[in-house]
Amino acid sequence: MIDTIVALWLSQPAWLRTSLISTGQILAVTITVILCVAYTTLAERKVIGYMQVRIGPNRVGPFGLLQPFADVIKMLLKEVVVPSRSNHYLFVAAPLLTLTPAFAAWAVMSLWPGFAIADIDAGVLYILALAGFGAYGIILAGWAANSKYAFLGAMRSAAQIVAYEIAMGFALVGVVMAAGTLNIGKIVAAQAGGPGSWYWLWLFPLMVVYFISGVAETNRAPFDVAEGESEIVAGFHVEYSGIAFALFFLAEYANMILISALSATFFLGGWLSPFEGYPVLGDIALLAAPGLHWFVLKTCFFLFCFLWFRATFPRYRYDQIMRLGWKVFIPVTLVWLCAEAAMWVCRIGPWAA
Amino acid sequence: MIVNVLFYVFGAILVLAALGVITARNPVHCALFLVAAFLNSAVIWLLLQAEFLALTLVVVYVGAVMVLWLFVVMMLDVDVEKLRQGFTRYAPLGALIALIVVAQIGLVVYVRKLGLDDTAAAVVNRPAGGSNTLELGHLLYTQYLYPFEIAAVILLVAIVAAITLTMRDRPGQKVQDIGKQVAVNAKNRVRIVKMDAEARQ
Repeated sequence: MIDTIVALWLSQPAWLRTSLISTGQILAVTITVILCVAYTTLAERKVIGYMQVRIGPNRVGPFGLLQPFADVIKMLLKEVVVPSRSNHYLFVAAPLLTLTPAFAAWAVMSLWPGFAIADIDAGVLYILALAGFGAYGIILAGWAANSKYAFLGAMRSAAQIVAYEIAMGFALVGVVMAAGTLNIGKIVAAQAGGPGSWYWLWLFPLMVVYFISGVAETNRAPFDVAEGESEIVAGFHVEYSGIAFALFFLAEYANMILISALSATFFLGGWLSPFEGYPVLGDIALLAAPGLHWFVLKTCFFLFCFLWFRATFPRYRYDQIMRLGWKVFIPVTLVWLCAEAAMWVCRIGPWAA
Repeated sequence: MIVNVLFYVFGAILVLAALGVITARNPVHCALFLVAAFLNSAVIWLLLQAEFLALTLVVVYVGAVMVLWLFVVMMLDVDVEKLRQGFTRYAPLGALIALIVVAQIGLVVYVRKLGLDDTAAAVVNRPAGGSNTLELGHLLYTQYLYPFEIAAVILLVAIVAAITLTMRDRPGQKVQDIGKQVAVNAKNRVRIVKMDAEARQ
């Protein structure tokens, strides 16, 4: 039985096998990310609930575990209202434009040693390109809705994303300088040698700038002025209802997971084990071996920080957001790039060898 | 073969998007067609194995320049009638510029026939697994270092000039003094007054 299946598989032409394998990988990764998004929404409500001494959702399923599905079904059954004076095509296309880049970026992520759906050399550039593309969904949503509140939200978001994208790009330049490659798998491999040689230590200012800029890019609290309930109702998605609104929600959480995964990859050694390089603990093969589980753990740490920030900090004022982006983060990254050049000359840190 | 098919598909979309830029009535739609044109030309560069240029085009133009463009275009109240007023007057000039551009494109194609073009061989015969970014970096920081640095300095001057032109100090302008705001503490803002409890009536 198995032999015949194997024979049938091998008898197919090479291009068919490659495309079937790729499609399978894409489906597996995308569905996993969607499920993670669903449970991130639940985790957020639970975590913030406990931080505020509440219980959070606990009615649907054991411990509220079916809550995300109940939410999705509710959203699907609601009517999608399209405002009559809106720009219909763009109004419908905008949620998709926000969602697609968040999923497409997973194509180049290095999930475990040697695995990425597309192991391309310009992986970091691809991520940056998609991050830039993600801004369009929000801007177009705000404009197409033909509503003042939505438009104000879109304008705020556009200015904010452009400002923080530069700081993010510069932080990545530092990572690329240290790793000497744009390939994400190779960037992780370049950090091998235990937590001391991960880039969080040598590029600490860049990690802080990258992660905080990531929070600002995803329009999360305390940078969520694009939604700003207290002054512009719900910002760019004020006119959206039902599943169209849910898509924005999905995109926001997918972007959160993506930024967390990228921070883990660039600064916390991705799938590398934290016990690598400690001979005492290194005897236990499971602890020292690199693998998907370390990557997931590190991603969860950053994801938890997203929720933690939201429960802790009050919202920034808009001029303070702009000041932080342009006048604090960009100079910090530039200074640290010079410091990196000095480290390279003195042969310390990642350049010791 | 499949590369050729992809080239014609994306080339056709590129031309259609470019036509959309000049024919769409709504300025926001024009800007979006331009974004589509940029994306498709990036794909065509990818087909040439120039992934660095392709992705940089998307990062810079789609991710930053066009976002700011949309930002401005969305806030403008464009009066289409007024824009069309001088059409017949400016049409000859426009036609002339279009002709010049077409002639330039023709010349670029013609250069190959003259045998002056030394890029074609360099583009096509690349070993598999080579990194386009790495090669570009080597060229830019060795052979073309000075032109590259000069271009960077010119861009820096342009940034400084643009900021200087837009920074204006008007009389009566209200700005926050961030230093003062950061230095504020609770004692400056809240005064707690101690008083005896009122006697019960």
